[in-house]
Amino acid sequence: MSAAAGDITARSTGRDPYRLGRGDGGHGVATGHGEGGPASPFVTVAYGFWIFLLSDIVMFSAFFAAYAVLVNATAGGPTGRELFDLTTVATQTGVLLTSTFTAGLAMLAAHRRAMLACQLWLLVTGVLGAAFLLLEIQEFVTMIGEGVGPTRSAFLSAFFALVGCHGTHVGLGLLWLGTMMAQLWVKGFRADIIRRLHCFSLFWHALDIIWVAIFSLVYLLGASS
Amino acid sequence: MLGKLDWSAIPFHEPIPLGAALVVFLAAVAVLGWITVKGYWSYLWNEWITSVDHKRIGVMYIVLAALMLLRGFIDAIMMRSQQVMAVHGPGYLPPEHYDQIFSAHGTIMIFFAGMPFVIGLMNFAVPLQLGIRDVAFPTLNSVSFWLTASGALLVNISLVVGEFARTGWLPYAPLSETTYSPGVGVDYYLWAIQISGVGTLLTGVNFVTTILKIRAPGMGYLRMPMFCWTSLAASLLIVAAFPVLTATLAMLTLDRYLGFHFFTNEAGGNQMMFVNLIWAWGHPEVYILVLPAFGIFSEIFSTFSSKPLFGYRSMVAATLFICIVSFMVWLHHFFTMGAGANVNAAFGIATSVIAVGTGVKIYNWLFTMYGGRVRFDTPMLWAMAFVTTFIIGGMTGVLLAVPPADFMLHNSLFLVAHFHNVIISGVLFGAFAGYTYWFPKAFGFRLHEGWGKAAFWATLAGYILVFAPLYIVGLKGMTRRLQHIEVDAWVPWLQIAAVGIVVMIAGAALQIVQLWVSIRDRESLRDETGDPWDGRSLEWSTPSPPPSFNYAHLPHVENEEPYWSIKQRAMEEQDPQEVEYEPIHMPRNSPTGFITAFFATLIGFALIWHIWWLAVAGFVGAYATFVVFAWRDRTEVEIPAEEVERIDRDSRATQLAWLRQRERVT
Repeated sequence: MSAAAGDITARSTGRDPYRLGRGDGGHGVATGHGEGGPASPFVTVAYGFWIFLLSDIVMFSAFFAAYAVLVNATAGGPTGRELFDLTTVATQTGVLLTSTFTAGLAMLAAHRRAMLACQLWLLVTGVLGAAFLLLEIQEFVTMIGEGVGPTRSAFLSAFFALVGCHGTHVGLGLLWLGTMMAQLWVKGFRADIIRRLHCFSLFWHALDIIWVAIFSLVYLLGASS
Repeated sequence: MLGKLDWSAIPFHEPIPLGAALVVFLAAVAVLGWITVKGYWSYLWNEWITSVDHKRIGVMYIVLAALMLLRGFIDAIMMRSQQVMAVHGPGYLPPEHYDQIFSAHGTIMIFFAGMPFVIGLMNFAVPLQLGIRDVAFPTLNSVSFWLTASGALLVNISLVVGEFARTGWLPYAPLSETTYSPGVGVDYYLWAIQISGVGTLLTGVNFVTTILKIRAPGMGYLRMPMFCWTSLAASLLIVAAFPVLTATLAMLTLDRYLGFHFFTNEAGGNQMMFVNLIWAWGHPEVYILVLPAFGIFSEIFSTFSSKPLFGYRSMVAATLFICIVSFMVWLHHFFTMGAGANVNAAFGIATSVIAVGTGVKIYNWLFTMYGGRVRFDTPMLWAMAFVTTFIIGGMTGVLLAVPPADFMLHNSLFLVAHFHNVIISGVLFGAFAGYTYWFPKAFGFRLHEGWGKAAFWATLAGYILVFAPLYIVGLKGMTRRLQHIEVDAWVPWLQIAAVGIVVMIAGAALQIVQLWVSIRDRESLRDETGDPWDGRSLEWSTPSPPPSFNYAHLPHVENEEPYWSIKQRAMEEQDPQEVEYEPIHMPRNSPTGFITAFFATLIGFALIWHIWWLAVAGFVGAYATFVVFAWRDRTEVEIPAEEVERIDRDSRATQLAWLRQRERVT
């Protein structure tokens, strides 16, 4: 990497010192920005997926905004303080953050082209993700059973929609993960499989970031107010 | 088994929708029959339906948009004629049908005519202008198109099976809640828009990635043609705004299907939150439509004035300024909500400020023409009509941006005239200009100029005749969406508007005739050179129509007007013999988009009619499609070097001959 970067600097300096850092007229290795010509498929795919994730985060921001507007609209029903059990939330958070860590380990294994380690860490990621989802479903079922479901008040509607939207993402992520593991097993570390694995990893980390926002803005603030 | 669906869903007792549906059905059967008789199915399937070529997808978008434009126009004709006939009487459209018509008109025109038209032109032109072979994600592009088509199909199914929403083109709560809209109309709206919205979002992601990451060598940001800049701005807006629409409609869906209380009257629901959320998407949406049109006009003013675009950098700055400020003005759609004087003032000022960006553009276009050798071909006529009429729409917009004035004019026909004034001048004229401008590039022959000019003048005259009277009755106090008229003073104006719509019908008919005549006389209208308008950007350096790979060699861009400088250097200097050709890898065609959309339609229809098992089956099918697509091993086809060479040498020879001839003339 550093040798390639050195190349660009050396050549640019030789030709025209003022072009430094402003692209190299398409003759160097820096593609995908400025005048360097089309980016590699890896950069393109990862970049596109980042943009998609940004759009997903915008969607969550709308649910967060709705929650913020409706948080006090309890319609005489229970408030967050009466409902939220921080022990479960702490467990959920621990499980999901660990799954992000193991997803990272799976990516490291993929970089080493270590099939078994990669599959193993992906499996652990999946199991932890499923455990998180089970805890969430359990929380939802208990609440609905006690008569404090989403139909009770606007506050609870916003709560179930926001947290449920995150849960749906985790569920879809698990479906994707299963497909990903099967592909990796059958096709091996092909360039396009690596690209998809990378996207999956980005997706999983993004879900983690959203969960951090949920547990701090919904659960911690809700339980303390 | 079939949920809420039974025979009562078919409107046997309503002759108008039934007759319309019958006509559409017969036309569809006729077209399908013609395809079968001629044996075009395999051609259609292999070359178009499964195509991932951005040019083909662009053309399909525009065909969809043109059909939906006609459908939306028929709704408009019905509204104008109802209002002129229903004076102190019922007219011919009962209220519940009239309400569906104005809702469908807005929904169809924005989502299924305007959006596909500009996205189609983006698809066709942006990769060519950037000097590349395809967009970043070609199969995803096909998925986007077919999801949009799926949404359009659902809206049109509502014509015969059930009903459409009666809530206006934005289903304000609580009217759109089950308490007040128990039928399937709002559900049709919700699922059609959700499905096509996903398609639009994916288009946005695709084009942001394409424009920012895949450009020909040397094509720096400030060398991109203006249309690429405005497409980038529109795509950024799509990425930032459409998720809000998805979330808002999801909330309304949860209210309707699972008894949530986001926007209900009961249990703390907040109706004004719906208005805020929907317009937080809705205002950027206006610019998603109009910014690409601004880009088209920029290309056209420059080309037909034989001059570089005046103030290129200020145009880029104005585009990005509009892109950002468009997110700060949404509240002007509901000043009367009662947010308070200070909030209204802030949004009123922001709304006036955004007009500055557009003003910069208008001056740039005028100065582009100044001192140029202006040619009055059809695209230029649309562009000049745009500038003159759009200014009026813009100024009434600034008037409406003043909250006290808005309190008077809110919900009136003045408002209706205003937004039609900007959308027709901006988006529709832009779409027609772009269609005429790039048609020879897409098909290899020009559209007939005479018929095109006739269509232009009829459309322009009709448009002014319809909307000038609406401004006036709006000032006289006529509110929008009236099913019958009780005030005699309004009637003469509505009659003028009705005459106007007849003239517009003539415009539409002339445009259809133009297409027919052009196809008939295509040999005499043939564009041999690939450069029918003396163009300045890279797409004109390719033959018409361009080969599937666009460029045999990626062009090396050296300034803002690459093709103009190629022409200046005169191609004779380059000896075609010396060029070496390499095989080109292009993405393989894939039915993924079509199949995904098939399942999406199934899921949408099932959810509208509460046929739960079918929805589950549709979801399983969609997931299976995803897995099969992910599983494929061969994603590309190779075009051999000999074929690339043959195609490229042909086009070089033609262009060379043309350039020699041009040298002799000048």
